[in-house]
Parts: sequence; structure tokens; C-alpha cells
Amino acid sequence: MPWLVAFMVFLAVLAFALAASMHQVAGRWDKGARGTLTVQVPVSAADDGQALAAVLALLRATPGIASAEPLADAQLAALIEPWIGPLAAGDIPIPRLIDVRARPGARPDLESLRVRLGAAAPGTVVDDHRAWLGRLLALMRALEATALAVLGLVLVVTVGTVIFTTRTGLSIHHEAVEVMHLIGAQDSYIARQFAGRALALGLKGGAIGLMLALPALAVIGALFGRESGGILPEVTFSFLHWTAIGAMPLVVALTGMATARFTVLGSLSRIL
Amino acid sequence: MKKAADDNIVRFENAGLRYGFGPEVLQDVTFALAEGSFHFLTGESGAGKSSLLKLLYLALKPTRGVVALFGRDVASLARPSLPALRRQVGVVFQEFRLLAHLSTFDNVALPLRIAGVRGSEVNRNVTELLAWVGLKDQMKARPSTLSGGQQQRVAIARAVIGRPKLLLADEPTGNVDDRMALRLMHLFEELNRLGTTVVIATHNVSLVERLGHGRLHLEGGRLTLGAPGGAGRPDKRPGAEDAAGSSGLGASAPGSPGRGATIDARGVEPAHPTAQAPVREWILKGVP
Repeated sequence: MPWLVAFMVFLAVLAFALAASMHQVAGRWDKGARGTLTVQVPVSAADDGQALAAVLALLRATPGIASAEPLADAQLAALIEPWIGPLAAGDIPIPRLIDVRARPGARPDLESLRVRLGAAAPGTVVDDHRAWLGRLLALMRALEATALAVLGLVLVVTVGTVIFTTRTGLSIHHEAVEVMHLIGAQDSYIARQFAGRALALGLKGGAIGLMLALPALAVIGALFGRESGGILPEVTFSFLHWTAIGAMPLVVALTGMATARFTVLGSLSRIL
Repeated sequence: MKKAADDNIVRFENAGLRYGFGPEVLQDVTFALAEGSFHFLTGESGAGKSSLLKLLYLALKPTRGVVALFGRDVASLARPSLPALRRQVGVVFQEFRLLAHLSTFDNVALPLRIAGVRGSEVNRNVTELLAWVGLKDQMKARPSTLSGGQQQRVAIARAVIGRPKLLLADEPTGNVDDRMALRLMHLFEELNRLGTTVVIATHNVSLVERLGHGRLHLEGGRLTLGAPGGAGRPDKRPGAEDAAGSSGLGASAPGSPGRGATIDARGVEPAHPTAQAPVREWILKGVP
């Protein structure tokens, strides 16, 4: 049983860590994208910045818009460098990007804004990030839900395992249980013997599982960290997260103890 | 329950028992055991001795009739109240049923621990009793390393450690030689003199005749010997104690220390004589 519990705790810790990470990533993406727009203004050889200025003026005059700042050339070059390599100025016409931030709680009318920006500078595109972010967020939420489901399954499997183990134990120790029963042991006394044993084995297995899970978590964290600041936002676990992870063996062991107790009480209730 | 019935430790009234849908293994069993009585339960194999003992140690309830222990109708008792009643019954099982994973000490201590007795008291009582039955040097031994006779003494020690009001033994002489059988019987008689009601199921007819106690005889699940409504009731008439002395017919009142010393004269020697007095005192304290 200890190794089975160790395996369960190992899975539970990883599932919890995944759920917590996905929750954080999704939350940050959602928060980061909410109230931001990217406006793309096409440039042409004839344009010496008038279109950009017109769009900026229009944006800054729009109610609910807190700021509208064009990205510098260096920032633009850095954004496209991973895909097409370093560019010299003037190699290809690169549309200008404007980072627009709405005031908290404000919801600018995007359709109206698109029409007005299109009129001021034809070809201007307004991107509220919803199209791609929505799919990513859905993916993150699905991963989070899956991890939570795995966590729930781990607990269910743990309960099932303990029930099976306890019943086997009852079968093996049938003689001892019956003797204790006949010499006047309360059901709770007998159940306590099994529950105590289940708790001890659960804690032992849980500690092993946690010891195995922590290095695995460190490796995954390191891999994850490489992407931090890029596509993936940085994920850090709070004290509460670490407390929850540290408490996993105890939760699983206590679940095992309670399960053993109820299993024994259920079995004993069927005899006089 | 009638007040008159409270005088008896055990009362059976037309008790019947069947296992599942099988035939009745006990039929219309009616008898009563007075406090402090000593009885043999005899009968052929399959006559129902073990089933009757199971009713007595509350492993089963009768399928019909009344079984009352210590004045309480077993059928009317809620399940949670049964353990307290069981603690007043000491049982020496036929195959001893010692717990293999526990030491001699822990096997004997089990009833006290179950009853919630303090650790220091457990240590003192168990040590004294094991000395009394000659197993002080085997306290840490596991049952599998003990001889049949030693295991038997552990089983008896476990049965009496809780100072039961009723002591039951199922074929306690089945695995020992005649000499040891007689020693064990004298031990039971000694406990009986100290007030414990004793019922011993046995095949050993010569032993039954030799000791001459009251007898409950079963044939085909029916009680054919043992007067209903007071079998073994202690004879409290003047002079009866002496008359019962040789038979040990439970004549001494519970708690009477009168003839306790005869344990030596009858051949059961305490391995540690100095331990005998405290043990006697401990037994006389009564059930906690």
C-alpha cells in the first residue's frame, strides 16, 4: 500500500501543479488581454507618418481609451525577428503597431472604432486579441479542468485502493477481528486499529510520493521557465500553493484513514 | 423482564437456534445458571455445545425464545450495548484463538486495553496473572513458540484478566494430557470459588464424573440434563459449603475468599507463589 499511495501522491502533486499553473497562465493572459487592443496601420512609400498620426489622434480622442502608444521600430523588429530574422530598415514595409489600453471597466465600441479608423487610414486593422486568445484560454481552462479531474480521480482511486486493501486486511485478520469483537471490543476500537495502520502507511507512502514529485516538479518548472516571458507568462507558486502541495500526503493519508475506518465499521455492522 | 429472573447470571427460555435456513441446532433449550455456579456442558459432537456457548458469549442471538445474560434479554439489547456485556464474559476458545501477531503479554492485556484500562494498571495486572499461570518468563513470546499447554494458559489468562462474571470454556482439555486437564479444571474451580460462574463444554466424561459439578447435557440440540429454572443455583443452606467443597458446586458466595488456598492442595501450583495474593486481591475487586 505505501508504494501505491506514493504513486497517487506523485500524480496528485503533478496534477495540482498543472492545474495551478494553467489557472495562473490563463488568468494572466485573460487579464493581460482584457482592455487592450492592437491597432495595425499599413504604411506606404508615400506615407510619411500621416496615417499613423491620424489614427493616434482618433484613438486618443475616443472615450474610454486610456492610452495609445505606437511601438518603436526596434520593438517591431524584435517582434518579427524570430520568424524572418533580422531586418535592416526599409527591407520590407512593416505596418506600424499601436498598443491601445482601455480605461478600467470601459468598453469601447470596436465596430464603430473600426469604421472610423478605416476612414482615417484605409487598411487599418483593429485586433482585440479575442480570436486567438479565446482559443488559447479555452485550451488552458480545459487543461486546468483535466488536471483537476485527474486530482479527483487520484482521490477516488486512493479511496478504492484503501477499501480493497482494508477488506483484504479484514479477510486476512478475520480471526483477530472476531476475537477482539467477542472479547468486548467496540467497533470503533477495531476500526481504530485499521485506521491507524492505514494512516501510518498512507503517511509513509505520501512522503515517498512527495519526495519523488518535487524533483519532477523542479524539472517541469525549469522547462516551463525557459518559455517564461515569451508566449508563456511567468508562473510562480505562492505560499498557499506550496502548502497545498506539502499537505497532499496528509490529505491522501487522512482519506485512507477515514476510508479504512468506514470500511471496517461497515463490515463489523454486519455481524452481531 | 421479571425481577425473579435477575437472580440468574444466565437464563434460557425455549431458546432455539438455526443457521440460515438450516435445521434448528438448538431446540427449546430452557435452563438458568445461578451466580457462582459451576457446570459442565456435555454432549456428543454435533449436539449443539458450541452453538450454545456461542449464544452465551454473544456471538449469536437465538432465532427464537429468550436468552438473558446478567438479567438482560439479549434480543432486546441494541448492538452498541453488547460489547459491555461481552466484557463480563470470559471465553476460553476451543483452539485458544490467540492473536498470532501479539506477544503473550499483549494477548493477555488485550481485554484490559479494549476496556480502556490505564497502561500502568495493565502492566501490573498482566504481569501478576502471567506469573500466576507460570508464564512470567514467556511474556514476550509469540503464541507460535509456545507449547499447547502454555497456549492454553495464555488463553485462560486472557479469559480471566477482565474479571468476568461468567467464564466459558470450549473443550479446554481437548489438547492436553490428563494431568494438565486436571490442573486446568482445578484452576477453573479456584476461579469459581472466587465468585465466577463457570460453564465448561467437554467430551471428557471421566473428568466430569470425577469433579462432579452440575451438568448440562445436550442431545440433538435438546437439553436433556440440567434442571430448568435454576440449574446450579448455589446451595446457600447452612453446611452446604462443606458439602459442596469436593464438587466445587459454586457454593461459595461471590467474592468469598474462603477456600482459595485449596488451589495448591489440588495440585495447581502457582509458578510464583508470591504473586498469588495480589492476584486474588485483584480478582476480588470485581469487574471494572
